[in-house]
Amino acid sequence: MLKDLATIFVASAIINNFVFSRYLGLCIFFGVSKKMETAVGMSMTFTAVMVISAALSWLVYNLLMLPMHLGFLKIVVFIGIVAGFVQGADTVLKKVNPALYHKLGIYLMLITTNCIILAVPVINADEKYNFLQSITLGLGSGAGFSLALVIMASIREKLELANIPKPFQGMPIAFIVTGLIALAFLGFSGLIAV
Amino acid sequence: MQEIAQPDILQVVLTGVIFMAGVGAFFGVGLAQAARKFAVETDPKVEAVRGVLPGANCGACGFAGCQAYAEAVAGDRSVSPGLCTPGKADVAAMIAKITGKEPPEIIPMIATVFCRGGECKAARRFVYEGVKDCRAAVLVSGGDKACGYGCLGYGTCAKACPFGAITMDSEKLPVIDREKCTACGVCVAACPKTIIALTPADKKVHIRCSSHDKAPVVKKSCELGCIACKMCEKACPEGAIKVEDFLARIDYAKCTHCETCVQVCPQRTIEDQLDPSKESAPRIKPPKKEGEENGAEKPKPAEVTAG
Repeated sequence: MLKDLATIFVASAIINNFVFSRYLGLCIFFGVSKKMETAVGMSMTFTAVMVISAALSWLVYNLLMLPMHLGFLKIVVFIGIVAGFVQGADTVLKKVNPALYHKLGIYLMLITTNCIILAVPVINADEKYNFLQSITLGLGSGAGFSLALVIMASIREKLELANIPKPFQGMPIAFIVTGLIALAFLGFSGLIAV
Repeated sequence: MQEIAQPDILQVVLTGVIFMAGVGAFFGVGLAQAARKFAVETDPKVEAVRGVLPGANCGACGFAGCQAYAEAVAGDRSVSPGLCTPGKADVAAMIAKITGKEPPEIIPMIATVFCRGGECKAARRFVYEGVKDCRAAVLVSGGDKACGYGCLGYGTCAKACPFGAITMDSEKLPVIDREKCTACGVCVAACPKTIIALTPADKKVHIRCSSHDKAPVVKKSCELGCIACKMCEKACPEGAIKVEDFLARIDYAKCTHCETCVQVCPQRTIEDQLDPSKESAPRIKPPKKEGEENGAEKPKPAEVTAG
């Protein structure tokens, strides 16, 4: 059981890293990886939202939608659940913990309709994971995304000072770097023999 | 895929509609309740002030961005409505109106670069091949400029400017766009040589040198540096110029734009930023002899330019 969960965690965090292996969430990845501070803030918010939305959508999917034969509606419903949850969290956080809200508020809105957040419940449904496995996938994906963001932010902070040819400055060099890291992550593909 | 037995299609459509309606209603009601229960009473003044502010988040006011300043100025009586330098007097007046405070008197300021030693005027001591950033270059024994006070020319201020008001010219000197500059002071803080300072925007004559070196040292390293010859100090009819620690400085409160100093300066250090044609450029080309004559030339009558 524990081995199974560990496998899911490692697989989602490193081997099937959302950014470098599945090419999801690239807009946020490039958007907030300019500074380490925002990258870390985004990572934390992202992981928290991912775990909670994985749990919520698992409950709705398995307890409500499957008995009603409504599996085909999962994408629409998951979007609704994530968006509703994020909006609710935003409202509550603003009142309960203004300090945390000021730290995370801007990221919460960006996350609402992000493809990684949607991918986690969909993968959970397709793989027929149980509750614990679903949460582990959410946690692993969050960790993987955080890893990607932090790696990218640290490289891009250095790139700011590097002598890059004009046509490559900014986004182009960021894409090239991402490609190179993705190649490196390809090396993890044999880590776990399934 | 997970259907065990194919259920009645009508049944599925019906439950689907009901289910989606239920989800929608749940989130709708839930969010509405949450919004009411967790409503944060925001001062309407904060929103109003936030709408007036430029929104550049430059931090010139001393707060962490426009939102923070709006909250502070609306909530705290002791916070002045005139702290937003990019907004200038208009914004200050509007904020004062919203918050019911006294509108402060605002002197419009502008960033001025106190160095004229561009690439062909000032020598470099060594070839610097490190990171192209003044803050990095200054770590290598104070930078590669022969003048220890001069602009290094790697454009850290241009990169720092949140309004895109600074460009580096062909001489590798920062040029301030008078239209775009809001005097937020970000470049002043960014420059490791403290060459940039905020000056009153209506004062256009500046002694564009920061060197406290003595004349022979300045002469060796820069064509346009202040050599503390005191000619401007003597020539100034208002007594606005003082040479201290081998560097002439203008007291902007006294300066009347008579431009006597601009014409008298043998080093062309003093510049009229609005009308560079008035400076002593033609006379400086054969440098020394003509420079001596300058002092004898009768100074132009002081003309007061309306600020």
